[in-house]
Amino acid sequence: MKRWLSAAAFFTILAAVWEILVQIGVWPHVLIPPPSEVVRYLVRAVSDHTLLDSSHITLRRLVLGYSAGLVIGLPLGLLNARFKVLQDTLGLVALGLQTLPSVCWVPLALLWFGQTEHAMFFIVIMGTVWSVMLATDTGVRNVPPLYARAAQTMGSRGLHTWLKVILPASLPFIVSGMKQGWAFAWRSLMAAEIYVTILTGFGLGHLLHYGRELHAMDQVIGIMLVIIGIGLLADKILFSPIERFLHRRWGTARH
Amino acid sequence: MAVEQELINVAPEKLTVDNVSKSFRGRQGMVQALANVSLQVREGEFVCLVGRSGCGKSTLLNIIAGLEAPDGGQVLADGKPVTGPGRDRMVMFQESALFPWLDVMGNVMFALKLKPNLNNQERREVARYYLKLVGLEKFAHANIHELSGGMKQRVALARALAPNPRVLLMDEPFAALDALTREQLYGDLQRIWQERRKTIIFVTHNVREAVCLGDRVVLFSPSPGRIREQFDIPLPRPRDINSIALAGHSTQITQALKQYLGTPAAEVAE
Ligand SMILES: Nc1ncnc2c1ncn2[C@@H]1O[C@H](COP(=O)(O)OP(=O)(O)OP(=O)(O)O)[C@@H](O)[C@H]1O
Ligand SMILES: [Mg+2]
Repeated sequence: MKRWLSAAAFFTILAAVWEILVQIGVWPHVLIPPPSEVVRYLVRAVSDHTLLDSSHITLRRLVLGYSAGLVIGLPLGLLNARFKVLQDTLGLVALGLQTLPSVCWVPLALLWFGQTEHAMFFIVIMGTVWSVMLATDTGVRNVPPLYARAAQTMGSRGLHTWLKVILPASLPFIVSGMKQGWAFAWRSLMAAEIYVTILTGFGLGHLLHYGRELHAMDQVIGIMLVIIGIGLLADKILFSPIERFLHRRWGTARH
Repeated sequence: MAVEQELINVAPEKLTVDNVSKSFRGRQGMVQALANVSLQVREGEFVCLVGRSGCGKSTLLNIIAGLEAPDGGQVLADGKPVTGPGRDRMVMFQESALFPWLDVMGNVMFALKLKPNLNNQERREVARYYLKLVGLEKFAHANIHELSGGMKQRVALARALAPNPRVLLMDEPFAALDALTREQLYGDLQRIWQERRKTIIFVTHNVREAVCLGDRVVLFSPSPGRIREQFDIPLPRPRDINSIALAGHSTQITQALKQYLGTPAAEVAE
């Protein structure tokens, strides 16, 4: 409760100072609109449905791309941990590609798929797959060998050991990887929406892009706030609590 | 009924360790963990292995469990060579090795679910029987991270007993517990051993613990790991770890241990 109060006080003061600095002309109005105008834009965008429609389109792309990233990344991670050959080949590819910022996929995606949904889908998947794969791989490697041995003495073998022991044992690390993958997917999608201009759906990234073209700074800042909000919400409400719970119960908490 | 059949005491197994050797490639070259170790364990016998750290006790236990293969020699369970892990020989490790993603019941059920010929209803009944045996029937639905160290080892014991093995291999199962909890478990383990008739091999650093539990105490010495001397403990059961007769035996064994090692007394807990 006390932490909520101090956070609320901090942001109120921040907004107030910003408002005053713009109103008395210290900060130029055309470059930095005051918070009141940003709020007015957001209210307008909500009431004429642009914000909701765009968020909807963006989130659908995100969920689709992210799910595909998981569906590809998780098994790849498991295989990578299981087979040394993969670790020395695909593992290195993943390690390299994970360091590549997802914007770097844009030129290739545009050449291959043109200005299409597929291009965005591709960019989001490329942003997600490698980090999910590497996190799963790390998770499996972190499983105490004792678990597998104990399972073996009880008659567990091969696939049963993998599904009933190794996989659940590495869950906390896999969820950490999923959280990281989600963050990467979100960044990739924003890059994709800003660079891939298509007519099949106006996402938040497009609103941001056209805000710049039209020099509507209230729109640019408003949309940025929405993008931050969605990112925070997913982290704080979805991933972090699950991650904390798992690490505590599994006894893998790192503090 | 399948449950009653499942809970029938099976005959304990006779174990023969025949000239077993095992080396590991360590950082400082080859380490010989076991050199020509031979040991006979009668059916239903409670044998304790004692020796300082690194003399190959865990290695021997893992070989008997079938988790590791010896370089030379073999282990026979009722005359048949051990080639891999089997449900007739269950292991209890020093850290409980319980699965934190399952609750207490789920952990005990893990082994039972791998047993055919039982339906889930019967499996749960069997699991409840063993939880009761270790005094945890009230904690069937507790999560593992909510249990104390002593309770965890009780669950581990129930889990090891659940498939109705003929041999129980215990690797320092009580080492991490406080003295009072340990004393309780000594009592419980002796009671369960008499009730369920198992062959038990029990590894420990603690000579008193070995004398309290074992029909026989086997002394190991390190580098390379081998058996040095064996002591029969003809004390009546149940034994109290604080009894004077028990103290006499453990003093004798501790002296033998020090003499083989030529190490300061602090290395071995009496
Ligand atoms: N997997 C392994 N790789 C390399 N060396 C090993 C391995 N397992 C055991 N050793 C070595 O073999 C020797 C015997 O080990 P072991 O664990 O059997 O001893 P122990 O008697 O159980 O000791 P402790 O009482 O500390 O548990 C030690 O020197 C150890 O370093
Ligand atoms: Mg050991």
